[in-house]
Formats: sequence, structure tokens, C-alpha cells
Amino acid sequence: MSTPAIRLDGVTKAFSGRTVLDDVSLEVPEGTAFCLLGRSGTGKSVTLKHIIGLLTPDRGRVFVHEQEVSALKGRELSEMRRRMGFLFQNSALFDSISVGENVAFPMRRHTGWSDARIREVAMARLADVGLERDYQKMPADLSGGMKKRAGLARAMALDPDILLVDEPSAGLDPITSGEIDDLLVGLKKKGTTLVVVTHNIPSARHVGDELAMLHEGRVIAQGSAADLDRSEHDMVRAFMRSEGSG
Amino acid sequence: MVERVGAAILAALASVGEASLFGLRALREALLPPYEFREIARQVFEIGFRSTPLIAASGLAIGVVLSMHTRASLERFGAEAMIPAGLAIALIRETGPLVTALLVAGRVGAGIGAELGAMKVTEQIDALEAVAVDSFKYLAVTRILACIVAMPLLTTITDFCGIFGGYLAETSISGMSWELYFRRAFSLIEFQDFIPATFKTAVFGLIIGTIGCYLGFTTTQGTEGVGRTATRSVVMSSILIIVANVVLVRLIFFLFPSNV
Repeated sequence: MSTPAIRLDGVTKAFSGRTVLDDVSLEVPEGTAFCLLGRSGTGKSVTLKHIIGLLTPDRGRVFVHEQEVSALKGRELSEMRRRMGFLFQNSALFDSISVGENVAFPMRRHTGWSDARIREVAMARLADVGLERDYQKMPADLSGGMKKRAGLARAMALDPDILLVDEPSAGLDPITSGEIDDLLVGLKKKGTTLVVVTHNIPSARHVGDELAMLHEGRVIAQGSAADLDRSEHDMVRAFMRSEGSG
Repeated sequence: MVERVGAAILAALASVGEASLFGLRALREALLPPYEFREIARQVFEIGFRSTPLIAASGLAIGVVLSMHTRASLERFGAEAMIPAGLAIALIRETGPLVTALLVAGRVGAGIGAELGAMKVTEQIDALEAVAVDSFKYLAVTRILACIVAMPLLTTITDFCGIFGGYLAETSISGMSWELYFRRAFSLIEFQDFIPATFKTAVFGLIIGTIGCYLGFTTTQGTEGVGRTATRSVVMSSILIIVANVVLVRLIFFLFPSNV
């Protein structure tokens, strides 16, 4: 078995006395796609934020490439984050700069590339998500689905080893959603490790090698899509039967 | 009632304490690499240059009003010749720095608080961290340093425009020439009047930047929270500027006894 790219070891997190993650343990092997499923508010986005070090666990540990994330500070944490991409649930585009500059931003910060090369790569990333004509637009001028795609282009800007994606198909039409899924599968084939939070079961079946379902802060089922289809847990089976697109 | 007031005072003091630690951290991190020179320059432009029209217009108006009031007072003693010098001393030593600080607290403090507050609630600050950028350094340190740099420059503009406004008011009444007005205005002004009074505004800049950034970074509760942050930035900065001014004037008198 390959070394896990990501490992959560008994992670517990509470906000204002409410436990959001309760002793969650997960392993994501390198170069695979791991889909986190679950109803809203069950801690899926919180799990992603722990992996990239935006949140620290109250108990337990998070490892990325066998480095403990919560123990990293300053330059070490920055180095680790450079190898990761993160698509936020609400896209979180920087609203004071254009869509293209949002995608170019990580490259301007972390590469010594020329302006021409940065623009070329940013344009290529936007083309990957079908936004090549929108380089100059401001984020406020985009629809929700376009913002999502621009956020994904920014997350891919530095060609990360690990891509954390929070609801990639939310707000997208089925065709674009399918294209994004194909893009994610393509990234996986190139060796990128994916952690995808989604409510879209067809998408999870298409992209994910392994799926896990969170309920009330706990992992109640984990395995392949077929394993979850056969789960003893009613909620898991019901969730897997749904064709909702998040 | 007493308990409620006490709790409110304690909460306010706790906020000031936390903001002070935030400001001290910003000053410490400003000395450590990487240095965000480009972003600092952009913020000096945004905070400083874009405040210039407001500062210049206000300075001009204050100069006119101060000149009219000073004339009304000094006329009684037949000391109209002292109007330019009195006005210049009042402006350079106190009115210019304090008015500039309060105006910038209103314009820039609210702007920083609202901008960073909106970035906080829309996860843009988290997004900066996610692309391996130190959000504190990139957003807070740069804005605080820009405020520190911009304040003395803006104060100098207020002083100059105020003196010019005083000249306009004076020449419209007495027909005093430009040359005579300025010779009289600067007849009693020395560098030690200008330097400490102007450079104390760097502390006001530190207060404005720190409070705006601190409140922006700690914004919660969505757009309503952003609005509250903008208001609190202005109120808290203004109060702290006025309190700090008392301490700084006392300090200037101690360090420059000839200013007393």
C-alpha cells in the first residue's frame, strides 16, 4: 500500500462548545481521489481546513506527506501550502483584482517567472475551466458557477500535489459539472491527490476512488462507492441512492 | 447597572489590550523578511494620496475659520498683526495634527476595517493563507506601516493648506500681501514646533492602522459585522487618538521644554 498523502488521526474539533469533528481518522493514499460526503454542517469543510492548516484540531493530529500540519509554523507551513491547492466552498476570490490576476496571484508570489509566462499559465488554467475569455473580468461580474471555476483555476495555479476541493459542482449546470469532474479525473491520472467534498453522488462515483460519509462529526462509512451502496447504515444507502447535484 | 457598566469597561479595555498586542506584533513583523515593499507603496498611495483632496479641502476651510476667529479675538487688543503667527502656531502645533488624524480615522480607519472585515467574512483572508501568503503580514503590516508613513505627510498638507486658507481669509479682509502674510506666519515658528508635532502623527497612524486591521481581522457575523467593524474602527481610533494626544503633548513638552 502506498504512503498516505494525508492522514487524520483522531481529530476532534469544537466551536463554541459544539463538537463538529469527533475523533475522525482518515487516510488518503497518494495519487487517489477521496470524496467526503455528508449532509450540510457535518464537518466536511472543517476537515479540509484542518488538512491545509487553516484550523488546528482540539485533539488528534493531521499529517500531510507525514509532516504534522499543526506543528508547522511560518516558512515550513508556507512550503507545505505551496504544494496544495484549495477551492473554497464560496470560491473566496480576491474581489479587488481581476479573475486572471486571482489565478496569477499564487504564481506572482511564489515563482520568479516573467509576467508573460505568468499570464500564459493563468490563461491556460482559466481555459481548463472554460473561462479563457474572462481574464479581465472582476469577480463581482461572474456568476456563482463561474466564480467556482475561477476558484478551481486558482487552486490549480501552482500545479499542486494535493488539491482540496469544496463542492466543485455546486451551482454548475450538469454539462459544466461533468467537465469539472473530467478535469479532476485528469489531474488524478497525472498523480494529484484529491480530497473532494461533495453532495453530488454521480460526481463522487465518477471522481472518487474512495468515499467516506460524515454524520454528526463522525465517519459512519468508508470505502468504495460499491461498499457504501451496500452499507448497513440506512442514511448512507439513502445518500448513495440520491442523485442530488448539491 | 453598575455591574453592566463595569463589564462594558472591562470589555473595552480588553479590546484595547488585544489591539495593542496586535500593533506590537505588526511592528515586530515589519522588521522581519519578507518585506512587502510593493504592497506598502500601494497602500501609501491608497491611504495617503487618495486622502489628499479631503485633507487639503479640510485644511483650507479650517485655516479660513481659524483666521476669522483669531481676527475677532485679536482685534480687541489691536493685535491684528499677530493673526498669521497665531494661526500658524495653532495649526502646526495642535490643530493640524489632531484634525488630520481624526479625518484619516474617519476615512481610512473605517475603510480598512470594512475592507478586511469583508475579506474575513468571505474567507478571502483564509484564501490568502491557503496560497501560502502570510495574511497578517500582507494585509495588516502593510496597512499599518502605510498609515504611519502617510500621517506626517498628510499633516504637513493640512498645515500648509490651513495657513493658505488663513491667508485667503486675511487678504480678503485686510488686503495683506502673500509675502507679508507668510513672513509673519513663520516669524515665530521654529523647527521644534513643526518636527515633534508632525511626527507624533506617526503614532496616530499606528493607532488608525492597528485598530482598523485588528477589528477587520476579528470581524464576525457577516455583512452586519462588517458594518459594525467600520463604525467601531472610527470610534475606537478617534478616542485613542485623543487620549494618545494628551500623552504625546506632555511628552513633547518634556523632551522639548522650549515648546511649553
